[in-house]
Amino acid sequence: MSLLEIKNLHARVAAPGGRDILKGVDLTINAGEVHAIMGKNGSGKSTLAQVLAGRETYEVTQGEVIYDGKDLLERSAEERAREGIFLAFQYPVEIPGVSTDYFLKAAVNAVRKHRGQPEIDPKSFIELLRSKMELLKMDPTFRSRAVNEGFSGGEKKRNEIFQMAVMNPRLALMDETDSGLDIDALKVVANGANSLRGPDRAILLVTHYQRLLNYIQPDSVHVMMDGRIVKSGDKGLALELEEKGYDWVEKEVRQLA
Amino acid sequence: MTQVADDQMAESIADSSWIDELRRRGAAQFESVGYPSTKSEEWRFTQLAPITRTRFRPAGRESHGKLIAETVAQFSFGKEAAAELVFVNGFFEPQLSRLGKLSLGVRVMNLAEAFASDSSPARQHLAKYATIDANPFVALNTGSFRDGALVHVARGMAIEHPIHLLFVSTAGEQPTISHPRVLIVLEPAAQASVVESYCGAGEGVYFTNAVTEIVAGPGARIDHCKLQQESLSAFHVATMQVELNRSADFVSHSASVGSRITRNDLNVIMADEHAQATVNGLVLIGGEQHVDNHTMLDHASANCPSHELYKHVLDGKATGVFKGKILVRPGAQKTDSKQTSKTLLLSDDAAMNSQPALEIYADDVKCTHGSTIGPVDEEQVFYLRSRGVGMDAARHLLTYAFAADITRRIKVEPVRRRLENLMAAQHGLPQDLRITDLGAHDEAARNL
Repeated sequence: MSLLEIKNLHARVAAPGGRDILKGVDLTINAGEVHAIMGKNGSGKSTLAQVLAGRETYEVTQGEVIYDGKDLLERSAEERAREGIFLAFQYPVEIPGVSTDYFLKAAVNAVRKHRGQPEIDPKSFIELLRSKMELLKMDPTFRSRAVNEGFSGGEKKRNEIFQMAVMNPRLALMDETDSGLDIDALKVVANGANSLRGPDRAILLVTHYQRLLNYIQPDSVHVMMDGRIVKSGDKGLALELEEKGYDWVEKEVRQLA
Repeated sequence: MTQVADDQMAESIADSSWIDELRRRGAAQFESVGYPSTKSEEWRFTQLAPITRTRFRPAGRESHGKLIAETVAQFSFGKEAAAELVFVNGFFEPQLSRLGKLSLGVRVMNLAEAFASDSSPARQHLAKYATIDANPFVALNTGSFRDGALVHVARGMAIEHPIHLLFVSTAGEQPTISHPRVLIVLEPAAQASVVESYCGAGEGVYFTNAVTEIVAGPGARIDHCKLQQESLSAFHVATMQVELNRSADFVSHSASVGSRITRNDLNVIMADEHAQATVNGLVLIGGEQHVDNHTMLDHASANCPSHELYKHVLDGKATGVFKGKILVRPGAQKTDSKQTSKTLLLSDDAAMNSQPALEIYADDVKCTHGSTIGPVDEEQVFYLRSRGVGMDAARHLLTYAFAADITRRIKVEPVRRRLENLMAAQHGLPQDLRITDLGAHDEAARNL
C-alpha cells in the first residue's frame, strides 16, 4: 500500500511574485521502500522535501499529497511531525539555550500526546537516547549541549539522524544529509538511516551525489529537473548519473518534449 | 532585634550630626538641580513626565495588614537566605525580618541602627561613592532617605547563603515616594552574595527611588542580584554605584520585570588592577512598560576584564533603552571588555533603543560590543515545529530560552528559580513542555 502519493504537485515561493519551483511532481512511495531523488542544484528536490514537511515559505498552488490515506497538505508542520513525518534538514538550525535532551523530550512527548499516550518516563527516555547515541556513535556530552550550537557541519548532520532515530518516523525525508560528511561519518549516518528501514516505513532521500546510495540502497531513483521528476529507475540509474552526469537526461527529456 | 525606641536612644548618645548634614546637602542639591529634563543627553530616551508631574507624598510607616504579610511571604527567600531584612515604604520592619545566625565578621543591619554607632562603616562609606552630584535622583534619595540596609563583611570573611534585602511598597490613594538606601562594604578578601528585591503590595501609584553603594576591598568577591518586580503602576529609579579595588570581583544580575517606568543606572569603577566585573541584565516587560538601563563600566586601572550581557524581551507596546558605556581611562592598558545587548521583540508595537558608547583613552585594549534586535527567529520556530512542537509552544520555548541565557548564569538559586518560574508563567508556557526542566539540564552553563 502506498504510504505517500504525490500527484501533480505545484509549489512556489510564498511571496508576491514568488518563483514557481515545483511544476507537477508525481511520485508514489510504498511502505517499506527507499526512494532517492537526485538532481542538479535548483532542480527543486530540496523544495519538495520542505513542502512535504510543511514549510510555509512555499505555497502549494496545485496538486495533492496523500500520506497514509489522508490529505497531507491541510495539516500543519507540527501535525505532520506528530503523524510520523521527519525532515532531516539540509541546514540544521541552532537553538541556543535549549539542550538536545530537552528538545527531544518535547518532541517525543508531542508525538505521544498526539497518539493519546502518556509522557515518556525519564528512565525510558534516557535509555532511548543512550541506545540511539550509541547507534550514531555520539559523544555522551552531546545531549546536554544546546541544539546544534557551535556544532560542526558534520556534527549537525549526525544530530539530525540521531533525532530521526529517536523519533522513529514512518516517513523520513533526508535532505542532502550526505553533504559535508567524511566517509566515516557517512557510514555512521547511513547505518542510522538503515536502522529505520522496515516494512511499514519509508525513506525519501534527496541527494546530489550517488555516494550515500552505496550505503543506503534505494529501491527507486528519480531524477528531478526544473520542478518535475523526469526519469525514474532502479539504483543503477544513480550509478549512471554519477558516471555520465545529468546532461544526457536533459537531452533525453528535450527529445521527448 | 532593634526597636525604634532603641534607635532614638542610641542616636542621642552617638554623634549623628554628620547624617543630618548629609541629608541637608542632598536636599539642597536636589533643590538646586531639580528633576532631569529629556533634553539632557543621559535622560533623553526616558519620558520622566509621569514622575515629575506627580506630587508624591513621603510614604508612611505601615507594617501590618494582610496584603503586606502576603507580599512578604510571596517574595521571601525563607531559609534559603542567611538573613532577610524587610523594609516597608523604606522603613525597616524587624518583626518581618529575619537576621538569622550570621557568621563572625558579617554584619547585616538597618542603617538607622548603624548610625547609632560612631565606629560604623556607614559613617566612613555612605554617600562616598554615589555622591549627590551623580544624578538628581541620588541627591533626592540622599536628602530624603529614612532608613536602609547595611551589609558589612570583615576581612577574609565569607558568607555562603545570600543576604536578602526586600523592599516592599504599599500603594495608597495618594501617590507616595520612598527612598531605599543600601550600603554594602566588603573588606579585603571578604565574600558575600546580596539580593535586593523590590516589590509592591497593591496597585496604586508609588515611586521607589533607590540608591545602592557597593565597595569591595582588595580581593573581595561580591555576587549581587537585583529583582525589580514593582507593581505595574509604580515608578522605579535606581542608581547603583560600585567601587572595586585591586583584584576585587563583582558579579551583578539585574532583572526588571515590574514597574511602569524604570530607570537603572549601574556604574562600576574598576579602581585598581585586576578588578573584574560581570554585569548582566534581563528585562521582561509588556503592556506600556518602559525600562531604561544605563550602565557604565569605568576602567580606571589597567588589567581589568569586564563582561556585560543584557537581554530584553519586549511585548505589547513596551519600550526599552540600553545604553552601555565603557570608559577606558588613560593608562588602563590591557583592558578586556565585552558588551552585548540582545533584544527579542514579541510584538510589532514594542521598540528598543540600544546604544553602546565606547570611550577609550588607552591604546593596548580589547573592547567589543554587539547589539541585536529582532523578532523570534522563524527558522528556529519551524525547526521545532518540524519535530512536533506546536507553533505557540515553539515561540514560548524560544523566548524562554532567550531569557534563560541570563538566568542560567545566576548562582543564587531562589533568584534563578523565581525568574524562571515567572518567565514560564508570563509567557503562558504549556505545562507539558515542563519548561523548568530546561534550566536544570543546563548545569554546565552554571559555571559561566
